[in-house]
Amino acid sequence: MFALSESAIDASRLGRGLESPRTGAAIVFEGRVRDHHQGRQVIGLAYEAYAELALAEGSRIIAEARERFAIEQAACVHRVGELSLGETAVWVGVTAAHRDAAFAACRYIIDEVKARVPIWKREHYAEGASEWLHPDA
Amino acid sequence: MNFTLRYFASLRDAAGCAEEQVASAAETPAALYAEAAARHGFTMPLARLRVAVNGAFAHADAALHDGDEVVFLPPVSGG
Repeated sequence: MFALSESAIDASRLGRGLESPRTGAAIVFEGRVRDHHQGRQVIGLAYEAYAELALAEGSRIIAEARERFAIEQAACVHRVGELSLGETAVWVGVTAAHRDAAFAACRYIIDEVKARVPIWKREHYAEGASEWLHPDA
Repeated sequence: MNFTLRYFASLRDAAGCAEEQVASAAETPAALYAEAAARHGFTMPLARLRVAVNGAFAHADAALHDGDEVVFLPPVSGG
């Protein structure tokens, strides 16, 4: 499951969706809004998505994780819209019978989402400016 | 041919719109981007962009068809 959310990510609700008697390991990664970027003070940010393609590419990444790793379940939710400091920007949850596969799949999903899914971050800085981040590959 | 162009993030800001309808003789997304860049003053080179046509990633030299929706995607920064 890959989803975009315009409202706060409810980690406890998402975590309950991963419960299964076959699971021996559950790994959750939360990316959160940080108060600094390359020496500048960040006071908030916004995410914008090309929703149709983001959902398709995110779902492809989840499917790839299922093929590559011996996992039970995998899910990822990414926020869009305006976020405050400390808010969860992206949530990844993976379950597996054993921890190695769960750690590896969780890492794969967040890395691929950051590299491939058409979502963009606009940071708001304490000095008043806002900038889109378009990192070099 | 008529196309729908959609813009996101810094390209949307530079274009001043999220979407536009254009009539163009461009046969590829690369040619279409060159026209859009000239029209809007885009400074980001095509080499830094990915291209999507009708909701799927596509090659910048793919053949376009009348009515296609074409999106130029600047480097992503989710997560």
